[in-house]
Amino acid sequence: MERTTLDLWVGAFVVAGLAALVLLAMKVGNLSTYNVSDTYPLKAYFNNVGGLKPTASVRSAGVLVGRVRDIRLDTERYQALVTMDIDKRYEFPKDTFANIQTAGLLGENFIGLQPGGDDQMLKNGDTFKKTQSAMILEDLVGQFLYGKPDGKSAGEK
Amino acid sequence: MPLIKSVRAIGNRTVNSVWRLGYASRFFMLTLMHSGSSFRRFHLIVKEMFASGVMSLIIILVAGTFVGMVLGLQGYETLKRYGSESALGSLVALSLVRELGPVLSALLFASRAGSAMTAEIGLMKATEQIAAMEMMAVNPIARVIAPRFWAGVISMPLLSALFSALGVFGGYVVGVVLIGVDEGSFWSQMQSSVDFQHDVLNGVIKSIVFGIAVTVISLFEGYDAPPTAEGVSGATTRTVVQSSLAILILDFILTAFMFRGE
Repeated sequence: MERTTLDLWVGAFVVAGLAALVLLAMKVGNLSTYNVSDTYPLKAYFNNVGGLKPTASVRSAGVLVGRVRDIRLDTERYQALVTMDIDKRYEFPKDTFANIQTAGLLGENFIGLQPGGDDQMLKNGDTFKKTQSAMILEDLVGQFLYGKPDGKSAGEK
Repeated sequence: MPLIKSVRAIGNRTVNSVWRLGYASRFFMLTLMHSGSSFRRFHLIVKEMFASGVMSLIIILVAGTFVGMVLGLQGYETLKRYGSESALGSLVALSLVRELGPVLSALLFASRAGSAMTAEIGLMKATEQIAAMEMMAVNPIARVIAPRFWAGVISMPLLSALFSALGVFGGYVVGVVLIGVDEGSFWSQMQSSVDFQHDVLNGVIKSIVFGIAVTVISLFEGYDAPPTAEGVSGATTRTVVQSSLAILILDFILTAFMFRGE
């Protein structure tokens, strides 16, 4: 069996197809943007996660530092328990604030971390003490229209 | 007795199609069972990949580019109304990777390569080449059918990936280069919304399933074609019709499983 020009064409076809797949993975998909191998888990309780989904990004000062792995309801506290994978290169103080934020007015939800000033750092499996729930646009509009956040309606001053 | 006649015709057709379905399933199983010997003679698969994969490249590449360009234009016109032109990248990439890439490349593959396969095998049967092989104790399933089957199954995901990649490029040309959507937000929105496992890999799985469906239908129609000129032409037509329908129906089923509730 000898090499033929036909083999060359088929080889080029296979290479081009695989290159297209790699391109789709790297340039179009998110495989290149975040490496999930070196991470440690952190937990946080939220009263309301809003539209947060698994694989949503975790950012600090706008920089991607991790991803949300899992969201479930803790039936002892009736709060949402969010587990996130944080890049090993980054460590955060114990009093770091975890907020659920929204990219733009109608964009997707992500978790923003605001570091505090504690000397001790959060370790593998620790829980964020201070959290802030998602801002729900409908609730805000409702509060604006029908009353103040303190419970009094807008009519009675 | 026209009534009895028509009832009889309906019954005959039903029984016949069930019969054919069973025959086709047995044919598929035989093809899988004889795949081992065709992998040992890999040059047969390479030859068929040239005929079905490489020769389909031009239609796939041109169609992919233009579909992407149309998506860029139409997507821009629609997104502009909501002031979110920056989401053009994710719109183009998601619709290509999830749906249009696998489905359109499979439809093109069915009409470009599937019909050729049916005609080739139908004519081999009509000119008694397949019977001659059996006379020489060469199993036609192992020698003729299995290499074509695997060539199609391997080529299909590669073609679909090329289709999607060229489509994204087409959308980029129209959206960023011609219309002037911001290049950075085009790519970053695309990357933040397209997930490798959820979108790209599911698209590849889809195209593999379509590849199996198209090649099995085309090979079986050729193998089962009546050995006449009319029979071969009818089988070729049935290949294109049935594989197109199979692709679209399978696409709905796969999408329902893959992208449900999100």
